[in-house]
Amino acid sequence: MIINEQTEPLEAIIVAKNLDFFYGRNHALKDINLNVYHRHVTSFIGPSGCGKSTLLRTMNRMYNLYPEQRATGELLLEGHNILDDSIDVNMLRAKVGMVFQKPTPFPMSIYENIAFGVRLHEKLSKEQMNERVEWALKQAALWDETKDKLGQNGMNLSGGQQQRLCIARAIAVKPKVLLLDEPTSALDPISTMHIEELIAELTTEFTIVIVTHNMQQAARISDYTAYMYMGELVEFGLTDQIFIEPKEKQTMDYITGRFG
Amino acid sequence: MARTNPSRTLKAAMTNTEVSSFTDQTKHKLGETVFFNLTRAASLLTLLLLLAIIVSLIHGSWPAIQKFGFGFLLSGDWNPPLDTFGALIPIYGTLVTSFIALLIAVPISFGIALFLTELSPPWLRTPLGTAIELLAAIPSIVYGMWGLLYYAPLFAQYVQPTLNATLGNLPLIGTLFTGPMMGIGILSASVILAIMIIPFIAAIMRDVFAVTPPMLKESAYGVGCTTWEVVWYVVLPHTKVGVIGGIMLGLGRALGETMAVTFLIGNMNTFNGFSLFLPGNSIASALANEFAEAESALYTSALLELGLILFAITFIVLALSKLLLLRLSRQAAIKL
Repeated sequence: MIINEQTEPLEAIIVAKNLDFFYGRNHALKDINLNVYHRHVTSFIGPSGCGKSTLLRTMNRMYNLYPEQRATGELLLEGHNILDDSIDVNMLRAKVGMVFQKPTPFPMSIYENIAFGVRLHEKLSKEQMNERVEWALKQAALWDETKDKLGQNGMNLSGGQQQRLCIARAIAVKPKVLLLDEPTSALDPISTMHIEELIAELTTEFTIVIVTHNMQQAARISDYTAYMYMGELVEFGLTDQIFIEPKEKQTMDYITGRFG
Repeated sequence: MARTNPSRTLKAAMTNTEVSSFTDQTKHKLGETVFFNLTRAASLLTLLLLLAIIVSLIHGSWPAIQKFGFGFLLSGDWNPPLDTFGALIPIYGTLVTSFIALLIAVPISFGIALFLTELSPPWLRTPLGTAIELLAAIPSIVYGMWGLLYYAPLFAQYVQPTLNATLGNLPLIGTLFTGPMMGIGILSASVILAIMIIPFIAAIMRDVFAVTPPMLKESAYGVGCTTWEVVWYVVLPHTKVGVIGGIMLGLGRALGETMAVTFLIGNMNTFNGFSLFLPGNSIASALANEFAEAESALYTSALLELGLILFAITFIVLALSKLLLLRLSRQAAIKL
């Protein structure tokens, strides 16, 4: 359990206000109100289909790719409503990076996997780019394993390494927020441990939102936890409080394994 | 055949198992052997047919090979009355029309596939996809007739003058777009070929684009890519093997396409310059047109040799594409 010893007051970088989400006619998120705090880890837990991934995917407007999906209400990133049509989603996604359930290295070299995203948003010299790639790989604890084979295809790495490459790729763009959608669900326990350690270290620079089906993981790595059920936010608070003395009986049932 | 009662058979089988399961395997073995031999015979038959075709082509073209030797490939002199034959014109026509057809068809097919998989509103996807597949169902002869009667006049009236007035003024490639604007000729045939191979290439590209894992695409969108960047840098490299396969399939079809080309290429066996407006000939078209007229044995033999050459060209294209794919997959596997 990590408690960030921060003197600065808590600052909400993402604020959801009366957020609703629809898959066609299916009302998938109902009136969500929640804060994601700057440089903290917030986890979303709940049974399958509760809307936790959906909530995550509204935060970088990934749902925009699918015409039948839409969100209403307000989702403020540093005070700007990102649900607004005038928002440039490509710029938004540079600020809000994402890592998925399965490692998804691009079909290119390790170096290019990282440089690719950076190049979309910044014009860097060769040296600056080399530095950025090294920085991102070091942040993702992958530098030592890959520094001698940056030209190799990213697909040749092991699953855990690939997932760290995806994290490196996401942070190389220097986002404010990192969205992790069950990032360890396809990994073995050792790789999972590596990623969890990594998440703890990343909070010095990034705000992290993680969806996990693994309650122990949420308890281990997050500062705040949101428990969701059937598209509703049942309870949100400090992870300690949620796991030790939840206010709602439903949350208690879920975390004690009586349900879900 | 009388139907056996399934439950009785099952019962019989169950009572038998105890005795026979470990000892009596002959029945299974026999079935396996028969099946193995049947499938092997089927595949060997294919190989045998291939060999038979090659042997008969070589046998049939032997007189021409003996008479003209290697010069057959390099000579553009096709003169049946004098019994002198050279294959250069039809070889040139075949390669050039197929190449131009690919040049036109590949970007258009890519656009179609891209639109259908990434950009099209869902309600338009199915009808449009079906329409493109239906293009492939139109018989070649219909393309030929349509091409000659409807498309060629329009091509002569509008397209050729426009090309002549624009591209015709460029240095180097300008000469390609000069000459008689008759609506039939090498370029005209190439365009029809392009139309004919678009459905094949587009359908394959669409299918391989569609099976790109959504999560991979979302990851690319997730770092801030536009649709174009996702397709160009992620989807296309991810699917390159399938895309090249589709292009090669289209090329194979273009090389061997006969009827539509015959209608539009002009069937001229003399070389009058590099202009694409000029009529020419392709191997398949020459065969279709001249086989009935081939009176002398050498004429027939020369036509068979043309067939052999077309076979060789197609084989080489296929082999090259296999090599290319092999190299690509190795590149992906080992160090770049």
